Amino acid sequence: MAGTLDFSPDDRYNAFITTCLEVPFGDGALAGTAVAVKDNISTTGIRTTCGSRILEDYVPPYDAHVVELLREKGAAIVGKTNMDEFGMGTTTETSAFGPVRNPVDPTRVPGGSSGGSAAAVAAGFVPMALGTDTGGSIRCPAAFCGIVGLKPTYGRVSRYGLVAYANSLEQIGPMARTVEDASRLMSVIARYDPRDSTMLDRPYDHRPSADIAGLRIGIPEEYFGEGVDPRVAETVRDAIGILEGLGADTVPVSIPGMRHALAAYYVICTSEASSNLARFDGVRYGPAVDTRKTWHEAYQELRHERFGAEVRRRIMLGTFALSAGYAGRYYAKAQVARRNIRQDFERALRDADIIAGPTMPTVAFRLGEKTDPLSMYLSDILTVPANLAGIPAISVPCGRVDGLPVGLQLMGRQFEDERVVDAAFAYEQEVGA
Amino acid sequence: MKTIVGLEIHVQLATATKLFCGCSTDYRDDEPNTHCCPVCLGLPGALPRLNRKAVEYGLRVAKALEMEVPEESEFARKNYFYPDLPKAYQITQYDKPLAIAGTVEIEDDEGHEKNVRITRVHLEEDPGRLVHVAGGSKYSLVDYNRSGIPLLEIVTEPDMRSPQEARRFLNKLRTILEYLGVFDGDREGSLRVDANISLEGSERVEVKNISSYKGVEKALTFEVTRQKNLLRRGQTVTRETRHFMEGRGITTSARGKEEEHDYRYFPEPDLRPLRVAGWVAEIDLPELPVARKNRFMVQYGISLNHARTLTGDPKLADFYEEVAHVDPVLAATWVADTLLGELNYRDMSIAAVPADRIAELLALLGSETITDKAGVQVLREMLDACARGRPCERPAAIVEREGLARATGGEFTQVVQTVIAANPQAVEDYRTGKKGALNFLVGQVMKETRGRADPRELGRIVSECLETGGV
Repeated sequence: MAGTLDFSPDDRYNAFITTCLEVPFGDGALAGTAVAVKDNISTTGIRTTCGSRILEDYVPPYDAHVVELLREKGAAIVGKTNMDEFGMGTTTETSAFGPVRNPVDPTRVPGGSSGGSAAAVAAGFVPMALGTDTGGSIRCPAAFCGIVGLKPTYGRVSRYGLVAYANSLEQIGPMARTVEDASRLMSVIARYDPRDSTMLDRPYDHRPSADIAGLRIGIPEEYFGEGVDPRVAETVRDAIGILEGLGADTVPVSIPGMRHALAAYYVICTSEASSNLARFDGVRYGPAVDTRKTWHEAYQELRHERFGAEVRRRIMLGTFALSAGYAGRYYAKAQVARRNIRQDFERALRDADIIAGPTMPTVAFRLGEKTDPLSMYLSDILTVPANLAGIPAISVPCGRVDGLPVGLQLMGRQFEDERVVDAAFAYEQEVGA
Repeated sequence: MKTIVGLEIHVQLATATKLFCGCSTDYRDDEPNTHCCPVCLGLPGALPRLNRKAVEYGLRVAKALEMEVPEESEFARKNYFYPDLPKAYQITQYDKPLAIAGTVEIEDDEGHEKNVRITRVHLEEDPGRLVHVAGGSKYSLVDYNRSGIPLLEIVTEPDMRSPQEARRFLNKLRTILEYLGVFDGDREGSLRVDANISLEGSERVEVKNISSYKGVEKALTFEVTRQKNLLRRGQTVTRETRHFMEGRGITTSARGKEEEHDYRYFPEPDLRPLRVAGWVAEIDLPELPVARKNRFMVQYGISLNHARTLTGDPKLADFYEEVAHVDPVLAATWVADTLLGELNYRDMSIAAVPADRIAELLALLGSETITDKAGVQVLREMLDACARGRPCERPAAIVEREGLARATGGEFTQVVQTVIAANPQAVEDYRTGKKGALNFLVGQVMKETRGRADPRELGRIVSECLETGGV
């Protein structure tokens, strides 16, 4: 039944950038369900900031495809969630609207970049939320906040209306407290949209099944090696043991291309970002540029003022990686590394039906703990491979270390999102979410 | 000193909608920023969706120029900041263009046929347009109606040897594009040219953004002179980009930042690679200019010059074919010479002329109901009416109203005698052998009969009267 939802959360975690107090909703599968939407997904009439000062007053005149679908199914879009500026971060600390706190432990970060969506779900403000995942931005905060997050196969959910950070890597995906809710949200948003040319017409119509008898689970050594907190690794191995108990078999697999995954990822995402973010020049977004200056100067000043340090760093890295004389050494090489990783996964997923490992190498950091960018980038090592390969990957809570949640990551073949959902569902049902 | 010219031509493809969105391309006379959507405004989150028709048009050109269409081509981003470029990158094609290696046949300066090689053609989107407010305003305005209009960039090898050859090449290319139905030459800014020019052994200069055919020839002629003068004075030609100042007919150096661009090309991640080589076989080409010219000569028995003129514009050729049934040779003369001249004088398009009326006029001429001179007068009256948007009278009605029917024997004699009587001095001059006197007298008769009489016949009658002293 159509109606209006009153929404007034006590947002002590700074999960939202914008909240809508009275939200009209229509009929449909999600009628009256409060859904939070990450603030890089365009919403007609609701400002869409991407966590950036340069877009702090930008109100889109159109809805993203996923938002159209949510409205069609009666969902109540209750607010836009906080995020790392343009998705560039692993902790949600780079937001121009202040960091988000982890509801499990407010001295900790929620992960990022969809930290606001994860915190809103973990705090119980909403049962489900949309995030976006370019290099782990759904799965990392899902793991750190102890909820479920699915990065769909590349091309399964329309990116139309998602403010681009790295087009070839990112997907919009569901975040929820349970696998079932994540799956429900997925079945609403995974609908063909001809406006996204990188999409295939492969709608998701699936109810999770816990029957995983005979499922072959690949265990890549690279996911349990150097840099991974042994207690996190142990927790994840235990979880895989539970899946074995449900009739799954494990097989060792290897992703040798992982060596170059982070380097390739950061070259590709910063290259694409440097181009995507160039349009924010003060002509149409942000305060008007000073017309007394030459426009190159005016652009430069405004962009320096309005973009945060991490965004500027990535724009500069990407600009460099694409420059004449360097593109061959960086951008082209990164594409080769990316192809290798994709082939590694294809090979591994011939021997196995899914691949399992930790989502993050550690539990949630303290706020302000990661100060140098490089060590921050290193924490993405287990999530970026799925983006480079374009395969589906889900993070499901699988226990705690030091009282903080650990995520089990399950990756599958392209367009076999259903299979990773089922495996996550089987685990969740067994341990009693 | 050999002149070496290569061209890059940007042609707006005449699709109904833009290259990556559904916005209409026909924004003529419309308010600024009224043919826009999230995609062509480059709003955050909007994605390009390729217009199949634009690809088909590109392939039509490729096929007509006998080009090779690679198995896979790819769109790329060309990154640069400019206020008319809403995404701060242009979606274009870089190292994997739509088609490569073709030719266009033109006449060289000696009238011989020669081939200009086409390096590549590729698809790209037009940026918006800056409107500079008059009166030293502190700001400029941006109009995004043009943003996203499909362009086909056609790049030639440096195969032209003079500004005139370059112009002939452009005319030929334009004709082919119009025959293919992919280009509307009447649209303002529908064709823009960057020209590379060098004198053999010297550096090359690029003249950017010339927006007319005549402009290309003018700019290149200016450059040839400028570069030759430099060399004559012992200086060297600098490799640089120059702008053509259309109004003054000169080029000026575009020093500074514009030359330092690093466009940081990379494949457009929002579009899949284009695999369209298979389409080429399905494309049916219309009869192209050379084939039509040859057919006109054979089928209608008209001269090479007339055939060339008539087929130089597909609309003119279609028009000719509509009226040729009256008398092909007479029609060719009247359409290619008289009508075309009158149209150019009025800056009118052939599209505004009703073919059935011209056919009627040709019939009156063919049956010698009116003289050529009267025919021209009737034609002018019809064109003036068309130009003012008034209904075009039937030629027979004009002849009737104006009394233009060819005068017959009796009428002549009367007028001739009157004229002879009124000009005794001329008669005297004729008798003393001054040849000009006869022409003068014939002219007087023509004047009196307002062109209804045939001048040759008149000459015969006047001299007869004079010889026989019939006054």
